[in-house]
Amino acid sequence: MTSSTPAIAVDRLVKRYKGGLAVDGISFALPAGSVTGLLGGNGAGKTTTIAMIMGLVIPTSGTVAVLGADMVRSRHRVLHRMNFESPYVDMPMRLTVAQNLRVFGMLYGVPDVEERIASLARELDLTDFLDRPAGKLSAGQKTRVSLAKSLINRPEVLLLDEPTASLDPDTADWVRGHLERYRRERGATILLASHNMNEVERLCEHVIMMKRGRIEDADSPAHLLARYGRDTLEDVFLDVARGRREAREAAQ
Amino acid sequence: MSEAAIAFSWRRVGAMVLRYWYLLRSSWPRMLELIYWPAVQMLMWGFLQLYIAENASFFARAGGTFIGAILLWDILFRGQLGFSISFLEEMWARNLGNLMMSPLRPAEFVTALMIMSLVRLAIGMVPVTLLAIAFFDFNLYGLGFALAAFFANLILTSWAIGILVSGLVLRNGLGAEGLAWTIMFLFLPLACVYYPVAVLPGWLQFFAWLLPPTYVFEGMRALLIEQVFRTDLMLQALALNALWFAAATLAFVKLLDSARDQGSLMQTGE
Repeated sequence: MTSSTPAIAVDRLVKRYKGGLAVDGISFALPAGSVTGLLGGNGAGKTTTIAMIMGLVIPTSGTVAVLGADMVRSRHRVLHRMNFESPYVDMPMRLTVAQNLRVFGMLYGVPDVEERIASLARELDLTDFLDRPAGKLSAGQKTRVSLAKSLINRPEVLLLDEPTASLDPDTADWVRGHLERYRRERGATILLASHNMNEVERLCEHVIMMKRGRIEDADSPAHLLARYGRDTLEDVFLDVARGRREAREAAQ
Repeated sequence: MSEAAIAFSWRRVGAMVLRYWYLLRSSWPRMLELIYWPAVQMLMWGFLQLYIAENASFFARAGGTFIGAILLWDILFRGQLGFSISFLEEMWARNLGNLMMSPLRPAEFVTALMIMSLVRLAIGMVPVTLLAIAFFDFNLYGLGFALAAFFANLILTSWAIGILVSGLVLRNGLGAEGLAWTIMFLFLPLACVYYPVAVLPGWLQFFAWLLPPTYVFEGMRALLIEQVFRTDLMLQALALNALWFAAATLAFVKLLDSARDQGSLMQTGE
């Protein structure tokens, strides 16, 4: 992969299920080291898009490449350089935090797993519950453990699906701060699906807005605010979700 | 890009074995479940054989066939169950997404499941075989090389069925979980565990001989009743196992591809 190759390149991506089109011909390219927000209402196609980027779902047509590898045919070339975090995917509940991190560290080929676990435990404040079963943690603790799992291999590409869902504002702010730090120090590429507009405004330099499987708009948060004449990204999100921009443009 | 990351990795296999070992170790009901049912079955069939042997001269001569059959049947059944339950643990824990997004390759996952089926089988069967010696003076290990041949063929079949069932659960979700518990019982009458193949109607014998375990149970009876080790039967079983294993692996790959196509790896519930 050359330095000009996008970290994630999606080209005319389509996913059709029996129930209809989930993703309808989207294209985008994320430069290495960028943080991009993927926004859209329920059923907009965000989760299917992320699943195709990870190679968990095979596209009906189009291509997805991560770090230069085709994610349908050769995803195993790059899976050890990427990771994923979602509050909707559990860690094994009966295993302790340390056991879970050890298993995932080995799966990701981390050279010195115990040292990495100790380092993550210090960074993410996990030390007090490293020996507690994952199923007995609070929501905030689980999110920190999940984040530790997603950072265990120091990924170059990090996919996050609503990383702060169901967290109190303090813990959510702490998680965002850590992600910002990680990105700054590691130069990682982050794709973040979220419904939290404050989070997207704070973390993302680029936003992709999806609706019914298509990209409705994409730009920096500042440009989107200017273009829609809004003060908050939440209002822009509502305009896109409810088709107000088209209505306004038609009236003009 | 390191080629080692693409190639088959024993470290990743080790990670999965460690994951299942942590799970087994953390749950005494899981451990107990491995031992108690094989023990109950062995005791029941053992006492039944004692009773029949006292009342029928043929069975007196064929000492150990029932206990031998139940112990070998348990290798087949528990081998498959050990494989399938380890796989189901990932579905129950909703952890499959994490695994499928990790560098773990399907071949490594399957290898770890095969190792765990051996571990679970050892935990369950070793105490039961010792009980068989204590209660009925039946020493399974006394079969020597024959036991190795029986075991190899039975475990290969159990893995083939385990791979197939895992593929079906992967594709269809936990709605297909029941297959993991029941599919092997299809083999019970057809593989002629407790009686010779000759007992079956002619047309059914054809289907019985398509199953590798049929050769093993016939071989066991030949050994215990006639004291003859049938190498020919073991080789035929091995050849059939190779076919079964290849077919199950192919089916697993196709079902995994189908699950990726249908997006069912993201929804590993019902």
